[in-house]
Amino acid sequence: MASMVDPTVEALAANLGIDYLDIDVNSVQLPPGEDIGIPSDDEDLYQEDDLELDTGFGNIIIVDNLPVVPREKFEKLEGVIRKIYSQIGIIKENGLWMPVDPETQKTLGYCFIEYNTVQEAELAKEKTNAYKLDRSHIFAVSMFEDFDRFMKVPDQWAPPETKPYTPGENLQHWLTDEKARDQFVIRAGSDTEVFWNDARQLKPEPVYRRPFWTESFVQWSPLGTYLATVHRQGAQLWGGASTFNRLMRYAHPQVKLIDFSPAEKYLVTYSSHEPSNPRDPQRVVINIFDARMGKLMRDFKGNADDFTVGGSGGVTGVSWPIFRWGGGKDDKYFARMGKNVISVYETETFSLVDKKSLKVENVVDFSWSPTDPILSLYVPELGGGNQPARVSLVQIPGKEELRQKNLFSVSDCKMYWQSNGDYLAVKVDRYTKTKKSTYTGFELFRIKERDIPIEVLELDNKNDKIIAFAWEPKGHRFAVIHGDNPRPDISFYSMKSGNNTVRVSKLTTLKGKQANALFWSPGGKYIILAGLKNFNGQLEFYNVDELETMATAEHFMATDVEWDPTGRYVATVVTSVHHEMENGFNIWSFNGKLLYRILKDHFFQFSWRPRPPSFLSLEKEEEIAKNLKKYSKKYEAEDQDVSLQLSEQDREKRKMLKDEWDKWVSRWRQLHEEEKLEREKLRDGEVSDEEEEYEAKEVEVEELLDVSEEVLTDD
Amino acid sequence: MRPILMKGHERPLTFLKYNREGDLLFSCAKDHNPTVWFADNGERLGTYRGHNGAVWCCDVSRDSMRLITGSADQTAKLWNVQSGTHLFTFNFESPARSVDFSVGDKLAVITTDPFMGHTSAIHVKRIARDPADQTSESVHILKKPQGRINRAVWGPLNETIISAGEDSIIRIWDSETGKLLIESDIEIGHKKAITSLVKSSDGSHFLTGSHDKSAKLWDIRTLTLIKTYLTERPVNAVTMSPLLDHVVLGGGQDASAVTTTDHRAGKFEAKFYDKILQEEIGGVKGHFGPINALAFNPDGKSFSSGGEDGYVRLHHFDPDYFHIKI
Repeated sequence: MASMVDPTVEALAANLGIDYLDIDVNSVQLPPGEDIGIPSDDEDLYQEDDLELDTGFGNIIIVDNLPVVPREKFEKLEGVIRKIYSQIGIIKENGLWMPVDPETQKTLGYCFIEYNTVQEAELAKEKTNAYKLDRSHIFAVSMFEDFDRFMKVPDQWAPPETKPYTPGENLQHWLTDEKARDQFVIRAGSDTEVFWNDARQLKPEPVYRRPFWTESFVQWSPLGTYLATVHRQGAQLWGGASTFNRLMRYAHPQVKLIDFSPAEKYLVTYSSHEPSNPRDPQRVVINIFDARMGKLMRDFKGNADDFTVGGSGGVTGVSWPIFRWGGGKDDKYFARMGKNVISVYETETFSLVDKKSLKVENVVDFSWSPTDPILSLYVPELGGGNQPARVSLVQIPGKEELRQKNLFSVSDCKMYWQSNGDYLAVKVDRYTKTKKSTYTGFELFRIKERDIPIEVLELDNKNDKIIAFAWEPKGHRFAVIHGDNPRPDISFYSMKSGNNTVRVSKLTTLKGKQANALFWSPGGKYIILAGLKNFNGQLEFYNVDELETMATAEHFMATDVEWDPTGRYVATVVTSVHHEMENGFNIWSFNGKLLYRILKDHFFQFSWRPRPPSFLSLEKEEEIAKNLKKYSKKYEAEDQDVSLQLSEQDREKRKMLKDEWDKWVSRWRQLHEEEKLEREKLRDGEVSDEEEEYEAKEVEVEELLDVSEEVLTDD
Repeated sequence: MRPILMKGHERPLTFLKYNREGDLLFSCAKDHNPTVWFADNGERLGTYRGHNGAVWCCDVSRDSMRLITGSADQTAKLWNVQSGTHLFTFNFESPARSVDFSVGDKLAVITTDPFMGHTSAIHVKRIARDPADQTSESVHILKKPQGRINRAVWGPLNETIISAGEDSIIRIWDSETGKLLIESDIEIGHKKAITSLVKSSDGSHFLTGSHDKSAKLWDIRTLTLIKTYLTERPVNAVTMSPLLDHVVLGGGQDASAVTTTDHRAGKFEAKFYDKILQEEIGGVKGHFGPINALAFNPDGKSFSSGGEDGYVRLHHFDPDYFHIKI
């Protein structure tokens, strides 16, 4: 053992008069905080220790910029301060201490206040910092703990050290996949797994798997760069070139919901806390983080009631997302609705645009154009119909109204933006004259045209109930499921007419379909008419260009349909949320060919990894579409190779299985032959072993079942 | 292939058995009357009356003269196949679950359920040529496995007995000494109760079906696992084609959950698998309850299925069935 000891340690031990060999090393306890220069490799543990050191003086604040008063006025000033600060929380006994200059007997212009709790202290700081006692005395309140930190700030400004640049991983590496495959994430049981959708091989290829990766759900960021997981302590983002590493943590205890801004610059987290007193409203905390830096940009705290808006009053709970992002792909604005106001914030300063909210009496719903900083909002009827309902478009940041439409005897309105922001469809449910029932029509806004013309569309049978509505992504068409019977009709409309006039026109109506949901391919043109849940998972793959059905299929009990971001494949999913059996997913080609099927018990979530929008210009895309043959040649050859390879592998596997089986069979035959005599003996010498060697003979058997005599009397 | 629906039972079917020639089909059900049918046209030939409980299993002798049935009324009975007369009754202290004649039909293996303090047991009985000489004396009684033994059959040359049941383990016993010879490995074996077991026509291998949603093919002498067939439902019944390399699995979810689900969700299908490649070939739908019993005609040209719904469905294959290529 002695040979292993560092000679300097030995010398030190000798110096101190300790016999080194007598010491049981395990009994030695280092003073807390001492690590002899060996950093702990348990990072988390280390941090917790840090936190503990922080407590102690958290409930003390320092109030600076008080008036300097002589002895006579001391009592009065103390009274004023006590009055201000005891409103916020309970000041501890002897918790207010205002030091006095021993020479001049004057106060020094500051005081210490000790509260019972840290929360009170924080609240006091928040509320009274910059409080104006009078013109020349504006309070500067700081936490006692912070003071230490402030004191450490060196007087001389030192230029910050420039850290050498370490290139990060390419977070969009998955886009460069040679086979141009897409990824998806699934959650089943306690496992979360990411796969490639290898449609050519008709199976998923694993990318990354991690048990207990998240505590409730996972969510891709809108451009697919990150995967967010949700935990008790907060949210985390994961990503990387080839695998998934933790990129950032966002502390938010008990976080329930998360949301990304469209360009994934910001992450919004939400939590609500049950109050200790059941009569109190729920407390809601919303944090907005910078996704890349992990920095908290702004937080919103308040009662759940303040955040519960929308619907016609009766709806409880918050409608997520509370903050809706607008202004297209720049993440420039976000807005939320309050009572009679819409608060629009800008991300440059994280404060209200023009420092005030947009006042809209009685607003119940609003939505952003997906591409432009335009808000559409809906105000219901007021005063029993004296003031009509109204839908208006408001430009941000100017807040000027671009267009407004008054609507009469309206029961409800829903707004649907087309993905390019070209059109806005407003579904309007109106009361009939008797007010007993409602009927539905559409107001179609053409946003990009001069003066934003509005067109009214009514269905052929205007009493039809609308079951679903969907715009063609990036297109000019939309589909509507309407009807009251169990087999509703589906109609397709176009915002363009054949002869280039600008009028909405009906393309076709499909009668009597078992469908209750519409899923357009992300590239448009194709749509899946799905009968989910109660309709048992009927699927119809429809080509809207040709107006023909490509395929009909069924994924029994399907609860969700999700197109991959390219529109090449589509997944239908049965999650255990609705149905405990049949859990799993099917992958189909866009034209309704079932490619493969995976069953998983306790299946919770399926989500394709989104792709960022293409960099190709519209013209370029069109050109590629025109010369598709040229480009596809290469891929067709590849496809053929793969299928050849597949069948080769398959053949080999089959041959192996067949050989193996034949070996068994020949072994059995041999044993059977060997045992032949034995068997015959057991059967008392019956020779026939061969099952087929019997002769069919017709044998007539007469059997006397019953003989009875009856005397028939003839009268 | 238009199935022949045979409605003769009032309660769920439990077992189906063809005689060696394949002209007769015997069916057992939870009503008390085993029934015999013409295997060709599904005409009912007669019933065997005398049991006082659900009939779980039956076997017919090689010469189609004797029928043995095991019933929940704690008896196994011998019958004259032709006349339907009852020849002998073996009395037990618990329900008889499965019966099987040996090669030569001189012995029968009968399993009894655990019941009222009695553990499950495997009884070996001597079958007399003349019913008048028949005694109820047992040659052996094997008592070892825990839980119900759902099926016990004879191994090659009557030297062994193969049993399988609720404890999901397959056991091979020496039929002379009653010693346990081999047990299936827990790792590679079934994970849940084994519901059914069927021997190949030459007795060289056998197929087991289990609630663990799989069926497994084993070598009868070494108990080597040869194949595994995976499905989406608990397997209640299995059978093998004597003609082609096909196996058929039948099942469906628990009878107790049937009423709460659509018939399509239950997957009450007889599923055909390629025996060698272990791939699904196709399915035969029709039952509106789980399939409890399956049997192949010894000529391999028809098969029948019995369901919880009380029907026996007799399927004669179309010509193209014999040319399936996968």
